[in-house]
Amino acid sequence: MSAVFEQIFQVGFLAAIIRIATPLAFATLGEMFSERAGVLNLGIEGIMLLSAMAGFTAASLSGSLWLGVLVAVLVGALMGALHALFTVALGLSQHVCGIGVTLFSSGLAYFLYRLIFGQQSVPPSIDGFKPVPIPLLADIPVLGPAVFNQFTLVYLAIIAVPLAAFVLYRTPWGLSVRMVGENPRAADSAGVSVIATRFQAVILGGALMGLAGAFLTMAQFNAFTFGVVSGRGWVAIALVVFGRWDPWRSAGAALLFAFVDALQLRMQASGLGHIPYEAFLMLPFIFTIVAMAFMSRNAVAPSALLKPFRREER
Amino acid sequence: MSAPLIEMRGITKSFGAVKANEAVDLSVAPGEILGLLGENGAGKTTLMNVLFGAYAPDAGEIMVEGKPVSIHNSADALAAGIGMVHQHFHLAPRLTVLENLLIGIPGRSGRIDRAGGLARLTEISRQYGLSLDPNLPVSALSVGEQQRLEIIKALFRGAKLLILDEPTAVLAPSEVDGLFAALRSMAAQGLGIIFISHKLNEVRALTHRCVVLRHGKVAGLVDHPAQTTSAEMAKLMCGHEIVPPVREASTPGASVLTLDGISTSGHAGTPLRDVSLFVRAGEILGIAGVSGNGQRALADVISGMLPPKTGAMTIAGKIVAQFSPRELQALGLGRIPEDRMTTGLVTNLPLADSMVLPRIGTEAFSRKGLLNPTAIRAFAEEQIKAYDIRCPGPMVRAGALSGGNLQKALLARELAFDPKVLIVSQPTRGLDIGAARFIHEKFLAMRARGCGIIVIGEDLEELLMLSDRIAVMYEGRIAGTLPSADATIARLGLMMTGAGHTEEAA
Repeated sequence: MSAVFEQIFQVGFLAAIIRIATPLAFATLGEMFSERAGVLNLGIEGIMLLSAMAGFTAASLSGSLWLGVLVAVLVGALMGALHALFTVALGLSQHVCGIGVTLFSSGLAYFLYRLIFGQQSVPPSIDGFKPVPIPLLADIPVLGPAVFNQFTLVYLAIIAVPLAAFVLYRTPWGLSVRMVGENPRAADSAGVSVIATRFQAVILGGALMGLAGAFLTMAQFNAFTFGVVSGRGWVAIALVVFGRWDPWRSAGAALLFAFVDALQLRMQASGLGHIPYEAFLMLPFIFTIVAMAFMSRNAVAPSALLKPFRREER
Repeated sequence: MSAPLIEMRGITKSFGAVKANEAVDLSVAPGEILGLLGENGAGKTTLMNVLFGAYAPDAGEIMVEGKPVSIHNSADALAAGIGMVHQHFHLAPRLTVLENLLIGIPGRSGRIDRAGGLARLTEISRQYGLSLDPNLPVSALSVGEQQRLEIIKALFRGAKLLILDEPTAVLAPSEVDGLFAALRSMAAQGLGIIFISHKLNEVRALTHRCVVLRHGKVAGLVDHPAQTTSAEMAKLMCGHEIVPPVREASTPGASVLTLDGISTSGHAGTPLRDVSLFVRAGEILGIAGVSGNGQRALADVISGMLPPKTGAMTIAGKIVAQFSPRELQALGLGRIPEDRMTTGLVTNLPLADSMVLPRIGTEAFSRKGLLNPTAIRAFAEEQIKAYDIRCPGPMVRAGALSGGNLQKALLARELAFDPKVLIVSQPTRGLDIGAARFIHEKFLAMRARGCGIIVIGEDLEELLMLSDRIAVMYEGRIAGTLPSADATIARLGLMMTGAGHTEEAA
């Protein structure tokens, strides 16, 4: 057993956790901004898929990975704006519109992908991002190669967490976001535009989801497949609850999920071959369900989540 | 007198066919406390929402310090120096006091200006004698403190005119004095204040001048509220004389509800400690006390929502075994809860459904295990007519009704089944004079028919008017019981603080 143990816990394992956590962290932060403003975005799964596709296509056609990332972010923001148009401006049901956005985005992604690349026996791939070691820091034993020899997008995710916390807790805009998610009428009577703040938060959220999608097709898999997102968006929604709508805790939740996912990958590969691999695949999701059951009992959602805001309503 | 701080001229605002305001004129001078009086639905709140930019008026103009302004939203109102303390607070409970103050205030170099906010808060605290811990979450504040925060919030934004929409409706009597002191200090320092209320004694005590609204129009002006009688003002508000109901002398019958040594535990509020009391047929027992001295536990025990730890309760001679709402109801108990919206009815369902809710499975409203919609509807329609409940019909969403009409609906629901005992908490809180009078008359009528009624309330004048006897609660105990003929506000007030103990004299 100790041999298995050693095989699992090595530098590569740590690096894998960080890598798996990155798209989850982007997506979770994106969903968190949206929900903090009072808008549940169930479009996340589809937005990630469409962004992943759009970023991959742009990178593939132009040869520029960063152009691909930019396109993915813009597409994510655009789909966020679409969701906000339905739920914030028109005040429609956030559940229904979110699922609609996911279905629409997914369908659009499949359609455009087929249109551009046709049907190929081997899916086209690109030369994705390469790890960029950070001088000095990468030389730290264990931590160095695992954390500081990663893709630039990973570093971006690591910076994004404190940045999100700063924006949410220290800036007037962040206070407005929290206020419109708690009591939009209070924000309105203080002269803050509820509609504009929610739009901005949902669009920012969409952009972060786009970044998550970009990471999948341009750093992690270097190709687009229809299963490239495979539930990561839904997981992010759970992680937001698990992280109690806080950037730090949400990032922690993403890391924890990534840990279990990396663990099951290793277990699949290690000597426990007599267990069907599907059993290991289930592990992170079982973990999510159990953790949610225990941890989210005293989690309190933003008070105005799911509630559309209308001015002249009494 | 200097130029008015604010002047509204010819304000008209309609909602559909209903004219909520019609050609209303109103002005406030610096340093003046203006009372805005009117019954529920007279258009007070609409008028103030027009002033604060929440509604756009159909006609009329608003001048601030002599200059016409157009106010389209709350940001415009704040810029014009108008601050509003709404009846339902506009605060985010999970954010701190300081964060609630700083919302919408531009930051410094991209960050929230905490230091500047703190300094300003300290300054306001000192100037008007309003203090609060800036780092507490709003959810940790009492209702009175939350109101103080709302006032500070308006001053924080540089309000020169402060509108308070029924600020005393949510306060305990002891908190009202503090509010009035702060308001007087603000007026003395040159702020203008609009005080909306339908409590005449408060308006007379606080305001310098009054505007009375009725059916959306100005019904009259009162120049010296302190020298005007409540009856005169009530007449302006209602359009007719208000005659207080008379409690006729009667001889109570046998006891219909007895509590013997009831103690409770595990309740959110103050638990009961060895409470014994009784109510006789044809008698009204008032329960006085500062809120939070066990009144809620008492109401919950009597209505079967909280089984006591020790002690016994009988209704009409039968011992209560299970303490379930259903059992008590079967024994002949009717209840009107303190919070109409949460434990009274289901706001999102049709009014008719709420009106039969406690008896939904009984013969009267179901057949062979299925609901009988015809009977439910017929019952609701009958009660709507009998109690003059103003609503579009029995199928309207219950939450859409005004407080007075909801209370009438709850009363109708209980009284239709001729209860032997009725327990009511804060029966007229938030209701206007007309609706309160109606409720009082119904109680007295029930009393005449031999029902035993327990009224839990904070309004001592109301208790004195209704009750045959008054029991005072203090720290979960009955501090004493007085026949109402012997009770005065001063004496009850003393007992409410736990000072004077008086034993049963009846």
